[in-house]
Amino acid sequence: MTDEPETTKAASVPQIATTRRGFLGAGVAAGGALLGAGAARAAGPDPLITEIQPWAQGLGDGVDATPYGLPIRFEGDVVRRNVGWLTADTISSINFTPIHALDGTITPQGCAFERHHSGAIELAKEDYRLMINGLVETPLIFTYADLERFPRETRTFFLECAANTGMEWAGSQLNGAQFTHGMIHNMEYTGVPLRLLLEEAGVKPEGKWVLVEGADASSNGRSIPLEKAMDDCLVAFKANGEALRKEHGYPVRLCVPGWEGNMWIKWLRRIEVGDQPWEQREETSKYTDTLADGTSRKWTWVMDAKSVVTSPSPQMPIKHGPGPLVITGLAWSGRGAITRVDVTVDGGKSWMPARLAAPGQEMAVSRFYLDHVWDGSEMLVQSRAIDSTGYVQPTKTELRDIRGLNSIYHNNCIQTWWVKANGEAENVEIS
Amino acid sequence: TPALAEKLGLGRAALPEELAAWDHDVRPDGLGLPEGSGDVLTGEELFSEHCAVCHGEFAEGVDNWPKLAGGMGTLDRDDPLKTVGSYWPYLSTTWDYVHRSMPFGNAQSLSDDDVYAIVAYILYSNDLVDDDFVLSKENFTEVELPNAGGFIIDDRDTTELPLFIREPCMTDCKETVEITAHATVLDVTPNDTTDDAPAAGAAE
Repeated sequence: MTDEPETTKAASVPQIATTRRGFLGAGVAAGGALLGAGAARAAGPDPLITEIQPWAQGLGDGVDATPYGLPIRFEGDVVRRNVGWLTADTISSINFTPIHALDGTITPQGCAFERHHSGAIELAKEDYRLMINGLVETPLIFTYADLERFPRETRTFFLECAANTGMEWAGSQLNGAQFTHGMIHNMEYTGVPLRLLLEEAGVKPEGKWVLVEGADASSNGRSIPLEKAMDDCLVAFKANGEALRKEHGYPVRLCVPGWEGNMWIKWLRRIEVGDQPWEQREETSKYTDTLADGTSRKWTWVMDAKSVVTSPSPQMPIKHGPGPLVITGLAWSGRGAITRVDVTVDGGKSWMPARLAAPGQEMAVSRFYLDHVWDGSEMLVQSRAIDSTGYVQPTKTELRDIRGLNSIYHNNCIQTWWVKANGEAENVEIS
Repeated sequence: TPALAEKLGLGRAALPEELAAWDHDVRPDGLGLPEGSGDVLTGEELFSEHCAVCHGEFAEGVDNWPKLAGGMGTLDRDDPLKTVGSYWPYLSTTWDYVHRSMPFGNAQSLSDDDVYAIVAYILYSNDLVDDDFVLSKENFTEVELPNAGGFIIDDRDTTELPLFIREPCMTDCKETVEITAHATVLDVTPNDTTDDAPAAGAAE
């Protein structure tokens, strides 16, 4: 008998626990009992094997039970989470992808983070219109059906909120990879290159910028230089094989590969070509990065190379005791492809190259693994991403030396988890 | 060039009425401003009626809702207060954003004259104009906000990339490591999936 039966365990899993400490205590106790269990002889026959279980005797659900399924109830903790104190209300707010509990690279849409400025609106395909105007030969209106007739591309990209890890500028604040790094998702998008839509309207030679805005009340207008618009921007209507979710811009959103998530306009309704940037609220008041001397950077579009260990992490304590341990995490770069990720367990005194699950793709998330043998002592775990430009993910100290503490956005520093001897992990800063 | 690309013939020409209905954006040079005007006192009444419940009677902000006035000279300090007066570079952004996206929950309900008046009141709340000021399409671009010169274009290519494109250290990178900060000291992380409040006391 090494664990409680699945049927009773199930009832307690979805809520995790009323306090993390209680949960960790229980987990550590179980881990202690398992010390060396990998090679040990069983104390006695396992009733999960020796007794006939109900699922091996009775019947499961029919194929008509679930036309569109949700995860099994035991995975009830793998959900988006809100942090109430971050914003004034939940309408113009953020939630967080449960990256601590996911693996691979594709984010399930149902738990992929949301960021709205006036809520997630409901916009039917029949009601959808896309306007292209400004410095074009012919201002155009497209219906959703029109968009489906343009040549398509399918590409996988990460979308990272400019504010991801922003609460950590001043110090260690939120205790979990979901909260410190979960304003990100990575999806396979299908849509029409923005270039084709602009070419259909005919960009005039004096056109240098485009304004993109959404159909929601916030509109979320942003200015994008024409070179980027004509390069790799995608007007997407499918993600991970199916229609966009309502909260991710159904029926049409903009993908701006490698650039801050704010520019990925949801419910995209209008694209205007102009000869100057518009300096909208979302590129003046917000998404500008204040430096120590009080001046602020604007147009900090690219998301730099970044990584985080997702397990072990504060929400993913080690419960199995010493021995083989999979250290895993995510890495990404808006400047290119991830070529390498290094991992340290001693706070950066020495580093080990991790294994990428697949060769890095441009502007998409990579999964890394380090197959480690844990001796049961404390660890200071970090990961360090390197991209195809040779950029090496910096420490928080290095970023602060340049930017100060008030940048809010673009915090791509190396994250440290202090893994204690009992397997519990904590968000810390180190010298 | 884009203009010479072959077209598919999809979509239809937009009509003038459609362009007028959706194209409201206003640029720093005033392009896009409609005819109209409004004064501070009219703006004060409108602000009290439509805006003050969240932003305060003096645009000073209520609870966690945004402060629109104050904070002059705080940008290089801890916890800078970023408002229209202390931070925003262009008045056009205020007009454009209020007109399209405010009030929160009832956007696009203000007339052009209403927006001129409210923007005039926001300027007054920031001590940037007198109480008899009238803002109009004609004098709009004469208003320069205090932090107009406070922004630089992304300079990471010169200030950061030369430092961070490097060969990283792999062994004997430092002699000692000390923990200097703990997230659990703050204890502001929600506990379970039903808890979206801080675990014990908000950070601010």
